[in-house]
Amino acid sequence: MGRSGFRRRSGFFWAAVFVALSVPALAATTDAGKYQVILGDCEGCHGKDLAGGVVLETPFGRMVAPNITPDKETGIGNYTAQEFNLAMKRGVAPGGKRLYPAMPYPYYAHMPDSDVSAMWDYLRTVKPVKNRVNVNQLRFPFNLRVLMRGWNALFFRPQPIADASKSAEWNRGSYLVNGPGHCGACHAPKNAFGADKRALTGTSLQGWFAPDLTSEHHAGLGSWSRVDMVEYLETGRNAHSLASGPMAEAVENSTSRMTMADLDAMAVYLKDVPPSKGNGGGASGIDAQMKAGARAYELSCVACHGRDGKGSALFPPLAGNAAVRQVRADTVVRTVLAGAKAVATPKAPTGPGMPSFGWRLTDEQVANILTYVRNNWGNQAPAISPETVKRIRSELHSSS
Amino acid sequence: MDNSLRGVTRRHLLASAAALPILAATADGRTISGNLPWSPFAGAPPRPVNPLGWYFFTPVEAATVEAIVERLIPADQLSPSGKECGCAIFIDRQLAGAFGQASRLYTKGPFRQGLPTQGYQGDLAPAGRYRLGLQALNEYTNTTYKKDFRALSAEQQDEVLAGMDGSKIKLNLKPGFSTKEFFELVLQNTMEGFFADPLYGGNKNMAGWKMIGFPGARYDYRDHIDKRNVPYPRGPVSIYGMEG
Amino acid sequence: MARVLPKRDAVIIGLGWTGSILAQQLTDAGLNVVALERGPWRDTATDFNIAYMQDELRYAIRKDLFLKPSVEAMTMRNNAGQTALPMRDYGSFLPGDGVGGAGVHWNGQTWRFWDSDFSIKTHLTQRYGAAKIRGLQLQDWGVTWDEIEHSFDQYEYICGTSGKAGNIKGQIQPGGNPFESPRSRDYPNPPLRMPYASTLFAEKMRELGHHPFPLPSSNLSRAYVNPLGIRMGECTFCGFCERFACGNYSKASAQTTILPVLMKKPNFELRTDSEVLKVNLTPDGKMARSVTFLDAQGVEYEQPADVVAVCAYALMNVRMMLLSKIGTQYDPVTGKGTVGRNYCYQTSAGARLMFDDKHFNPFIGAGALGQTIDDFQGDGFDHSKLDFVGGAGISCTVSNGRPISNRPTVPGSPRWGAKWKQATVDGYQNSMGFGSQGSSYPVRENYLDLDPTYTDRHGRPLLRITFDFPDNDVRMSHYMSEQLEKLTKPFNAKYTAVARLQKGWNSVPYQSTHNTGGAIMGTDPTTSAVNKYLQSWDVPNVFVVGASAFAHNAGMNPTGTVGALAYWAAEAITTKYIKSPGALVPA
Repeated sequence: MGRSGFRRRSGFFWAAVFVALSVPALAATTDAGKYQVILGDCEGCHGKDLAGGVVLETPFGRMVAPNITPDKETGIGNYTAQEFNLAMKRGVAPGGKRLYPAMPYPYYAHMPDSDVSAMWDYLRTVKPVKNRVNVNQLRFPFNLRVLMRGWNALFFRPQPIADASKSAEWNRGSYLVNGPGHCGACHAPKNAFGADKRALTGTSLQGWFAPDLTSEHHAGLGSWSRVDMVEYLETGRNAHSLASGPMAEAVENSTSRMTMADLDAMAVYLKDVPPSKGNGGGASGIDAQMKAGARAYELSCVACHGRDGKGSALFPPLAGNAAVRQVRADTVVRTVLAGAKAVATPKAPTGPGMPSFGWRLTDEQVANILTYVRNNWGNQAPAISPETVKRIRSELHSSS
Repeated sequence: MDNSLRGVTRRHLLASAAALPILAATADGRTISGNLPWSPFAGAPPRPVNPLGWYFFTPVEAATVEAIVERLIPADQLSPSGKECGCAIFIDRQLAGAFGQASRLYTKGPFRQGLPTQGYQGDLAPAGRYRLGLQALNEYTNTTYKKDFRALSAEQQDEVLAGMDGSKIKLNLKPGFSTKEFFELVLQNTMEGFFADPLYGGNKNMAGWKMIGFPGARYDYRDHIDKRNVPYPRGPVSIYGMEG
Repeated sequence: MARVLPKRDAVIIGLGWTGSILAQQLTDAGLNVVALERGPWRDTATDFNIAYMQDELRYAIRKDLFLKPSVEAMTMRNNAGQTALPMRDYGSFLPGDGVGGAGVHWNGQTWRFWDSDFSIKTHLTQRYGAAKIRGLQLQDWGVTWDEIEHSFDQYEYICGTSGKAGNIKGQIQPGGNPFESPRSRDYPNPPLRMPYASTLFAEKMRELGHHPFPLPSSNLSRAYVNPLGIRMGECTFCGFCERFACGNYSKASAQTTILPVLMKKPNFELRTDSEVLKVNLTPDGKMARSVTFLDAQGVEYEQPADVVAVCAYALMNVRMMLLSKIGTQYDPVTGKGTVGRNYCYQTSAGARLMFDDKHFNPFIGAGALGQTIDDFQGDGFDHSKLDFVGGAGISCTVSNGRPISNRPTVPGSPRWGAKWKQATVDGYQNSMGFGSQGSSYPVRENYLDLDPTYTDRHGRPLLRITFDFPDNDVRMSHYMSEQLEKLTKPFNAKYTAVARLQKGWNSVPYQSTHNTGGAIMGTDPTTSAVNKYLQSWDVPNVFVVGASAFAHNAGMNPTGTVGALAYWAAEAITTKYIKSPGALVPA
């Protein structure tokens, strides 16, 4: 297929670009490797001690992230550096075993070999932990790894992410977002086989909706300044929004521990992502919902989010908050029903919680409040139906 | 809804996996280190009572209590009666639960006669006090009026209640549990029923709150705090979203 | 046989206000700390749901957040001539429970005792002569205002206390309390916006020549970031404050001001549902070596530590010392012994005014919302011609209009029936109240010890409280009632009723949860249980932190001073004790 040739060429090309763009070098490669591990958010799946065991529920069944400490029996202590590189960048484990793209190797493929070997150097210094993990608990036939060869043939086509016509910062940002940051793993819509379709326009992720990160003005990040983006990635909050759920983890484990220069680079890149189609615009014919929603909002929401929807230094605003304006309702509905815990970072340690309202509000009330919130104070977004709330409520209860 | 193959997820989405408490292998209580415990749907919301039937009172007791609350809070232009507002239902549900069993109280002996400053020293929980008290009340009215309390006229009922309130009437209760104490218990529970959130079975349609202008479960008064001598314009709301 | 756990640098008994402050300060200094809390984990996001917290029945009447007497009760009597019996339900005071303790459901009034409080015996003797205070067991605390001022400042900035300073470094500030002792700087937040009743009060007090000022409030007037980087919200005047937890992060508590940072520290561990039974001493009784506790299943463990901090609330602190034999039991007959001595409470009076031409909204309130005067506080006024010492703060607060408990009627109105209804309608929104919260001075015969008869669920003797209002305090309170007659006159209310304190403290109706003393701080190990750093004179690696250290109670809410003492003690541990373990003050 010429695939490896293509990749080697782009890898070489990218490595050259990266060398030219390197941020001031970290002293030893283990420090650099530790930082790469933060960029890649390995902890998010492999656990705080990297000994694995975090369960990934997928529509194909269950996968468990393996132990990547240097333990020889239960970890990757017997890997060579080359084997590690192949796993990270090609999704191939020793012996030709195929990894599933839950391990985001299609993204890590963009990392130059020097970054990957720095990670390897670091991982070898991590404390070995004896933890045997039963990795593959997928249903038949998905548990047949050999099928990944076909998947890779169809879908593993890393596109170039560098652009010589753009600034060094833009390119660094592109590297971070499309490479180790693997933002698209959550924020890019997938096809039926779990491969990425379009870039960063947002997608549902089993109970959450990872929002649109394009420069679209209403559902995307178009109204965020560069400073807004850096603040959000560093602390989990800015004047527009507050991270919770899986993004809270990503901020806590990864972005809050990145350098300011890197966060700024990501911001430069993201601000330049072409706008998506948006969320389809505001809802119409919703007068009854708006009235009922306004009343219900007054009773349940004003004491924190304010009558003006502006929140406060502690509570996120709803007015002008892209997170509430996404095309799909998953995140906002589950937040109201189940509550949510906001991110806590060293700079912003509070981590306030939205309490659970599911016990008190009917499906209809939730639909009304959210339709009101999504279409008031200048917000525009599709209405939410009671049926949608009902479905999400039952999914949440069956999974928790 | 499309149940078929959708995206591959990234991690087990039990909300914030990092926020689960780290449970120690040592003591069993909860050992918490490294984070603030959190889980979705956390909390212990109150359960609205089923408004039908009696869980604690026998039919005679229920009718007696209904008659009592009807006199303690009679119907007039200010509000429906205590009975119509569900005060008897409220008391029934309370007695059927933790309050009735006095589960929070210190119940170790020895039980001694105490001074008024030392509080209730009896060994009867509220449930027991109602059983005994209502029986004693009907015994008394049968002796004095040849009828059960609920069959007396309103004036007679008021007379009896005033007599209990004023310690003029002595019901046949037990040492450490006076008639006055029984009356105070019933009065207190009736008022609780009249003014508590309607989810507990009383304050039906927030009638108690409407009578005095208490806005109920509202939580944000920042737009009214500065107003001098101006009544609050909004009606009451309840915990479960009833609006009045 | 108790299972022994790995040793820690410090074990803290109870994770309320003082436990959280100590845990935060000690872990910052690098100590490995474990806290043992008898009650459950509690936090805003999970337990203080803003949509069901407004439940008067559950929280105010059925006392859902409070300590259950079935877990720990106490016995009481007014004097040694009575037999103490258990308070089978708490009434007069309501101890807290769980993580955050009483700091979860307090009102938020945040005061500083005065410099004349810390050296009260010296001060009053100098001013009035020794005879004036004969019969009162007043003592200097051993710490001075100058030493501890920065600790008050520290606590207020952690809490985000909202108020107006009256004396900054000796400069009197208009609008603040001119009687307060000099502060280094203003409060971190401005005062709350005031309701009608308190505004009227302030206007009239000014007309009378007094000096009203906004009550210092840890219900916050605006969103705030405290020195730990933790954010709090703005109070929305919901009127569900005391007895309730705050649903929107606007009342200071361990949860809203410290725990988000503390709980993330790798050198801190919390065990909830773990009840400490006693502190274990070495055979010679001179050092603590561990604490014994029961986990949720009742299994016994021993937790060894180098330092033990008793942070379990004033009354439980004293009981823990007695059960562990730290210090000697105070004997009111001989006056000997130190643990249980100088137990004090609060001496209250009040007035109710009812109008037919004024409309108040009693349900729009907050726990520490109001205006107050200190013109009759402490020794701020001349007592030469008076027959008592001490004083009271007089306030008009609007904290709640929750109708099960608070629906005033004209005195003499029926309590049920048709006339009751009318009286309630007439009174509910047309009434304002004054409170007089007075000092409580120690006497020989008010004390704490272990009850000889009644035991808890583990078989340990209950704490016994022997207390009545001393005659001095009754005279003080009656004087305040006379002042209230004068202060209420200019309002021309339709009805005014002034309460008058009765002797014979009644444990049933709620009065105040300001229990102080019993393990008091001082300069003399024969008359105090802990030294100026709240370190036990008898067992130097035990620190007993809380209002148990108060040698007397002032006419002010104690929590501000409790918080300051906690920071003060933590500072002593981290800057002095760990460098050189042992007695910090020669005995």
